Amino acid sequence: MKRPARDSAESSRSITRRALFVGGLQLGIMSVIGLRMRSIQIEQAEQYRLLAEENRINIRLLPPARGQIFDRNGRALAVNEQNYRVVIVREDAGDVQEVLSRLQQLIPVTDEEVARTIEEMNRRSPFVPVTVAERIEWEDIARVTLNAPALPGVIAEVGLSRSYPLGADTAHVVGYVGPVSDYDLSRIEDQDPLLQIPRFQIGKTGVENKLERMLRGSAGTRRIEVNSAGRIMREVDRQEGAPGADVQLTIDSRLQSYAEARLEGESAGAVVIDLETGDLRAIASAPTFDPNKFVRGISVPDWTALNENIYRPLAAKAFQGSYPPGSTFKMITALAAIEDGLVTPDETVYCRGYVEVSGTRFHCWKPGGHGNVNLHESLKQSCDCYYYEICQRVGIDKISAMARRMGLGQAFDLPLSAVSEGLAPDKDWKLAVRGAEWRIGDTVNASIGQGFVLASPLQLAVMAARLATGRRIEPRLVHTIDGIQQPYDSDESLDLNENTLRRLRQAMDAVSNHNRGTAYGSRITEDAMRMAGKTGTSQVRRITAEERERGITRNEDLPWERRDHALFVAFAPADAPKYAISIVVEHGGGGSAAAAPIARDIMLQALYDGPPPLTAYPSADRPRIEEQQKRIEERVAPGARIRDRA
Amino acid sequence: MSYLEYNVKFVPSGIRKVLYLNWGLILLLSAIVAFGLLMQYSVAGGSTQPWMEPQFKRFLMGLFAMFVVAMVPIWFWRNVSAVAYVGTFLLLIYVELFGSVRMGAQRWIDLGFMRLQPSELMKIALVMLLAAYYDWLPLKKVSRPLWVLIPAVLILLPTALVLTQPDLGTALLLMMGGGAMMFLAGVHWAYFGTVIVSGVGLVATVLKSRGTPWQLIEDYQFRRIDTFLDPSNDPLGAGYHITQAKIALGSGGLTGRGFMQGTQTRLNFLPEKHTDFIFVTLAEEFGLIGAVMLLTLYALVVGFCIVSALRNRDRFSSLLTLGIAVTFFLYFAVNTFMVMGLAPVVGVPLPLVSYGGSVMLVLLAAFGLVQSAHVHRAR
Repeated sequence: MKRPARDSAESSRSITRRALFVGGLQLGIMSVIGLRMRSIQIEQAEQYRLLAEENRINIRLLPPARGQIFDRNGRALAVNEQNYRVVIVREDAGDVQEVLSRLQQLIPVTDEEVARTIEEMNRRSPFVPVTVAERIEWEDIARVTLNAPALPGVIAEVGLSRSYPLGADTAHVVGYVGPVSDYDLSRIEDQDPLLQIPRFQIGKTGVENKLERMLRGSAGTRRIEVNSAGRIMREVDRQEGAPGADVQLTIDSRLQSYAEARLEGESAGAVVIDLETGDLRAIASAPTFDPNKFVRGISVPDWTALNENIYRPLAAKAFQGSYPPGSTFKMITALAAIEDGLVTPDETVYCRGYVEVSGTRFHCWKPGGHGNVNLHESLKQSCDCYYYEICQRVGIDKISAMARRMGLGQAFDLPLSAVSEGLAPDKDWKLAVRGAEWRIGDTVNASIGQGFVLASPLQLAVMAARLATGRRIEPRLVHTIDGIQQPYDSDESLDLNENTLRRLRQAMDAVSNHNRGTAYGSRITEDAMRMAGKTGTSQVRRITAEERERGITRNEDLPWERRDHALFVAFAPADAPKYAISIVVEHGGGGSAAAAPIARDIMLQALYDGPPPLTAYPSADRPRIEEQQKRIEERVAPGARIRDRA
Repeated sequence: MSYLEYNVKFVPSGIRKVLYLNWGLILLLSAIVAFGLLMQYSVAGGSTQPWMEPQFKRFLMGLFAMFVVAMVPIWFWRNVSAVAYVGTFLLLIYVELFGSVRMGAQRWIDLGFMRLQPSELMKIALVMLLAAYYDWLPLKKVSRPLWVLIPAVLILLPTALVLTQPDLGTALLLMMGGGAMMFLAGVHWAYFGTVIVSGVGLVATVLKSRGTPWQLIEDYQFRRIDTFLDPSNDPLGAGYHITQAKIALGSGGLTGRGFMQGTQTRLNFLPEKHTDFIFVTLAEEFGLIGAVMLLTLYALVVGFCIVSALRNRDRFSSLLTLGIAVTFFLYFAVNTFMVMGLAPVVGVPLPLVSYGGSVMLVLLAAFGLVQSAHVHRAR
């Protein structure tokens, strides 16, 4: 069945035509492929090369060591402590369950922690180290390391974590750090990539918060090559970051601890300021809290306890609190009037126990009155009527201006959280904020530091400092940054009449050291260390005429929150002042009884730079003081503190 | 049918046949395989294991099979075409029922020393059968509807079977390969025109139906089409492979990143880097120059086959040679289109370069048929 030759030739021609067509088609497709390759590999090569690099290179941040915080003598307030932790790598461990149960026999790890570890491991890639336990004792770490062959995939690591050696004593000033939260990220404007690290620690309050940028340092980077699963193949290069700056505060940690110990049991704030530089030597608030608990993650019961405590341990009363300054404000009223030439220091006012102002009676604290009083006597015995009288002559606007000149009614530029501005009220303020005309009665109330006037212990300390020196003392908290001394600005004169100031200081000296002075009971008997002060007792409730008739209810008979605030401001030594102090004991009762003794003890501690000799105290008080000193010494002693922390 | 149709007088016999082999074609094929072996070595990170050495052994086996097939006279192969087709078809049914399921598709028969993919075999068996069919069919009947229907059914039967595995790539290759055979045999243009026009019309209708009440395919299928058209829509999902492949291709540039320096490949961003996407590895490491070299080799193989076919006066030999060349070309074209994002990812290997036993053996044996036609041609 041979194919006819004609048919065969016909077939060949047909196949040739079709084959050439198909061949041409294939050539066309080849060209498409070639052109496409050219377009991708030549024209878009640059762009794809970049994408390949992005694929390949990951940038990891190297968190810098946070700057440490020291007191003025170089004692540590906030340090980076080595913190041992145990991590496990799934792919190296093999049988994770088995390895973890072996680990449990060596170190204390709860079943919940094991479950959490396994859960986290299953969520992540097999090569990612997962933390099993943190803050492990050195002995436990040694045991893990020793048994390493039986624990495949288990690694002991050292990390740094923030620790506050003085704990509660510096909590309000130094603050604490915590993991960065979404809220922090929304609030902070800076775009530091470090903040994106999970659980990166940033300052939450206090100096830790306010000097955050300085303390944080800058991140180093590590460029690593990763594969598609994110596994690190090799390090391409590494750029070290800069550690945070070490900060030295003006705080004297021994004085600070003493002050905290002395305030224990009260709800109070106290500030000690150096009169030469404005250095804040101690800023104590009581009660306080342990910042280390916040770093480790505070437990719910602890947090609830802190929050529900009526004495508000979380509040830094020394600079966040605002109190009516009471009689400690009288120096301001007097200064305003005398500076203005409306009153002379020797001019007397007759005190009959009350002053009638536009139909309202304003009472002196002493029902019978003080008789004729001049500036000196009015301060020494804290006569109110004298100020009721002179304030009406000078007017509120000048008094407020003087208050601001002396440091009230303003927030100082300090790296502290929520520094209170206080209030030095004037006519404009009342109209703007209260929407009412200023009344003469408001001036009378303000003249003795009641009514609208508010001040923090910090402001009162500055006031005392400015009175003592006649200079515009600016409080200063940061002593050095990275070893570089920070400037202080306390040399400028207040331009007050030196004679007036001298008379005021003499009167304050008498308050403490004249046997009719209101703080005579809390005097310093060492003549060279004599303290000059002023007591204050500010009412937090209104005393009705009816109650006055009956006899004023004594503080001890009132519920705590309705008792008077006790205040005291002072400087010492009276003849050559070195320190000024202020203290507010919330609802503590009278300033002379509740505040002045504490102020004296802290002041002596500052003057002697340690426990003062008993001879500095009035002889009758010495046995009691000796016992108190022993008690506080025990609390402040380093041995006691370490036991406490463990 | 008998060998008497062939003019045996001028056909070499015995061992002398070796001299008449198309040695140029063998060299070209070996060069392509060498490219493949080089890439297998690179992808393994500079090691002959686990891919280069087995691949080389299979190449030697395939080469041996090619010689054996080439020694057997071409009329024998024509006579067993129908048997080969039926046998392969039965094997396809067998894997459909009992085959090992791998990567979500039933494709393999485990023979112990290797895994056989009957669907690969079918591509050649189909070409053989169609070549024999058109050799047998008188020329004037070629375009008659009944005689067009028969090969169409012969093509569609295995295609349908392969589609159920599901192996879209092979089904596509069978369709296109079979269609090419019919075209080469001289089936009238009008048939192809009709199929192409109605195909385009169908696609247009389906695309137009989107969002209308008479929508023809499901939403997720539309999304797949979207991803194919613009892989950057879904860079971490289905578009991931294509995006990464393009990055690898592009970053290769003109001269490539150097042997074993391709970061995309080495760091595992490329999927299937030793099989379907090996062309990308090559283009990343050797650049446009390397890719064009391989392209040229493939074009030369096809060209050699076309020249050999046109010089052969036997209708079966010509059709078979051309059919195998087209099938080989289709592998290459679909694979490169796929990795360059011009076609959806359907799982077609780069012939003789991708790692894989069945394709290598089947293709080399098929080139044995080409050689046999070449050796036993009428002179």
